[in-house]
Amino acid sequence: MIAEAGLAALWLAAAMALMQLAMAALGLRLKQDELVSAVRPAAIVQGALAVLSFGLLVTLFLRSDMSVLLVAQNSHSAKPLLYKFAGAWGNHEGSMLLWVTVLALAGAAIALLEKKLDRATLTATLGAQAFIALGFYAFLLVASSPFTRLDPPALDGLGLNPLLQDPGLAFHPPTLYFGYVGLSIAFSFAVGAMVTREVGPVFARAMRPWVLAAWVFLTIGITAGSYWAYYELGWGGWWFWDPVENASLMPWLAATALLHSVNVLAARDGLRAWTLMLAVVAFSMSMVGTFLVRSGILTSVHAFAVDPTRGSFILVLLAIYIGGALALYGARVGRVKAGQGFDLLSREGGLVLNNLLLSVILGIVLIGTLYPIVAQAMGEQLSVGPPFFNKAAGPIALLLVAAMAVGPLLNWRRDHVSALLGKLTVPLTLSVLVMAGTFAAAPGTGWMEIVGLGLAAGLAVASFAPLWKRKLLRTPLFTWGMVIAHFGVAVSLAGMAADSAFTSERLVAARYGQPYYVGPWRVVLNGVAPVVGSNWSAVEGRVTASRGPVDGPMILLRPQRRFYSSPPTDTAEASIATRIDGQLYAVLGAQDAQGRWQLRLWWKPFVTLIWFGGGLIALGGALSLIGRVKRERRNVMRREEAEL
Amino acid sequence: MKRWTLWVPLVVFLVVVALAAWRLTGTSEMVVKSALVGKPLPEFTLPAMVEGKPGLSRADMATGKPRLLNVFASWCVPCIAEAPQLMKLKAAGAEIDAVAIKDSPEAVKAFLSRHGDPYARIGDDRDRLVQIGIGSSGVPETFVIDSRGRIASQHIGDIRAEDVPKLLKALEEAE
Repeated sequence: MIAEAGLAALWLAAAMALMQLAMAALGLRLKQDELVSAVRPAAIVQGALAVLSFGLLVTLFLRSDMSVLLVAQNSHSAKPLLYKFAGAWGNHEGSMLLWVTVLALAGAAIALLEKKLDRATLTATLGAQAFIALGFYAFLLVASSPFTRLDPPALDGLGLNPLLQDPGLAFHPPTLYFGYVGLSIAFSFAVGAMVTREVGPVFARAMRPWVLAAWVFLTIGITAGSYWAYYELGWGGWWFWDPVENASLMPWLAATALLHSVNVLAARDGLRAWTLMLAVVAFSMSMVGTFLVRSGILTSVHAFAVDPTRGSFILVLLAIYIGGALALYGARVGRVKAGQGFDLLSREGGLVLNNLLLSVILGIVLIGTLYPIVAQAMGEQLSVGPPFFNKAAGPIALLLVAAMAVGPLLNWRRDHVSALLGKLTVPLTLSVLVMAGTFAAAPGTGWMEIVGLGLAAGLAVASFAPLWKRKLLRTPLFTWGMVIAHFGVAVSLAGMAADSAFTSERLVAARYGQPYYVGPWRVVLNGVAPVVGSNWSAVEGRVTASRGPVDGPMILLRPQRRFYSSPPTDTAEASIATRIDGQLYAVLGAQDAQGRWQLRLWWKPFVTLIWFGGGLIALGGALSLIGRVKRERRNVMRREEAEL
Repeated sequence: MKRWTLWVPLVVFLVVVALAAWRLTGTSEMVVKSALVGKPLPEFTLPAMVEGKPGLSRADMATGKPRLLNVFASWCVPCIAEAPQLMKLKAAGAEIDAVAIKDSPEAVKAFLSRHGDPYARIGDDRDRLVQIGIGSSGVPETFVIDSRGRIASQHIGDIRAEDVPKLLKALEEAE
């Protein structure tokens, strides 16, 4: 019954989306007020139905209902409860349902919370949101139904990929999806505004909190995903330029650019067309990313199972939505009046530079990700790896960081070089000192790492400059948000540069009791013991590590080789010891014929700063969001008071 | 801004869509093929993997008769799955040599006694050097080697029942 109820809820949600679209389109065209006023409730009901459907799927997974195909294929009764729960979205159909549920929730959130936008634009926005949702409901119902029954029921399930059996699965995909799909709001706003041609500061101020919220989720999702890959894969790396990772990075880059350009539109009524473009691009990148990767078009040596029907379905949807929005852009934006102009050396100029650099990076990542298909079209097989991305995007990212240190110090409209240089004395000096110091202490370090460390130090100081001589308690929360987010970038960059420059790595065939050295650490494998978990067994290495004097304090590491029975797989569980100045990372490999164990060791100085910085960036975004919402509330209250 | 520039994003996007559509409908391979297909095997000599069965060198592969070269390992589950297919190929007259990857004599011996032994020769490729040399990226993979010792084609992944006639045909064509 639960599966059927879930399917029914999904159909009803789809029907509600159709109604929402029809009422919005007809209501606006025929100027029928009753139709228009029914759009908001429809969006709310649609959101509730989608949530119900998703909730029922989760229930099926929690009850291990093996008469449902999806559960039987992806779950197992012996799995820990957390993974039964998270397993609901650890597969294609379930994650698609989560995706569309978040989309419907986003629509419901607009309907419930959006108060600033004019009625016509809001209606068009909700119509656009319903139009997107409709396609993906169709995709789910026709080509990827998660509620298909299995008759006769399976005795037990096939289990979940052990790499996914990690607490990371419980929150990483949902946060990422809230980010990806949250950007659909910006997309729908842009489409709505292009339909009604109401583009200006009011529109920008209405869109800004939604973009901020999605961006915060996306930042958290990417940061968490990076850390997850880092400890779960056991390769010691935190970013691999894998198409799936690029798929999350591209919307983030576009959303980051949007976040900055929308400020120009809100404050100075400039960059109208460009902001609309970014709003369309950001969500388009989410869709292209999620779907092309999922359908197997955009990868990968390892994508053996590809379903061309699903791929074609998705491609048609993408062509309609993105192509439609871009066509609307071509046709309409010419008639959106250009905003106000500004000097090159000004806050606006700085934000334009930010946008240009982010767009170039986005272009590089997009080209690098798509190039294998282009090359194949020309009869060549290749893949694009980290060297390309690092070399091409790295220097521009560093330039962006430099611009980030300068931008917030500029005045709106126009500024003077002499005044700017005065403000930059301290950060500039610090940057040069750090670069020189690094070069002197470790001459073999690559130039990107040296510049990265120098810029990180400079930005760390410069990011606090906007607070200089201000009353800290009276500084608006969104200024604090910017300061903290920019400081987070400095922290993260410092971690990346330190990790890349100073990591030590060793692969040893370890004998019991023998010391091996990695970085400042002295590491000993004392023994190996069997351990069992609820659905795995493992051999666990007992590794002790110490640094400084030989009798100094010891830390214990327990890297495991795990064997899962369903599906049969073995995985390496890295053991990581976090210290204030870095992480010691150990992975246990196989045993050789002489009884020695393969042991891979890394000492990664300050690597944790990468994710700590990511957290700060998200925190900054959240503070900005709260600050903006508060300010808007106050403005609304003032206006109401004035009217009284 | 010129009016036509507003249409640039749409055009770029349509190019991407066209590419993706081509990728979806095309019969193109989803896997990377060895760049060595059509080229002679590189020079190599591998010691014997198990007692009583010779090792493998390039000279053994250019015998005037097409042969199959199976890259396998006793620790690889799909290799167990394809074992019956290899036996069928052998029964149909195919001559099969093998390269065992990162393996030990005891394990291979146990594997052969449990799942059948279709191989004429087995080379011990502990360090995966020959595997890399012939452009194979995983196990199992099966190469068709023509009568003059050139790589005629490459089959990636386990051999399914439906692949057996295809491989036999490829062997015929590799004369």
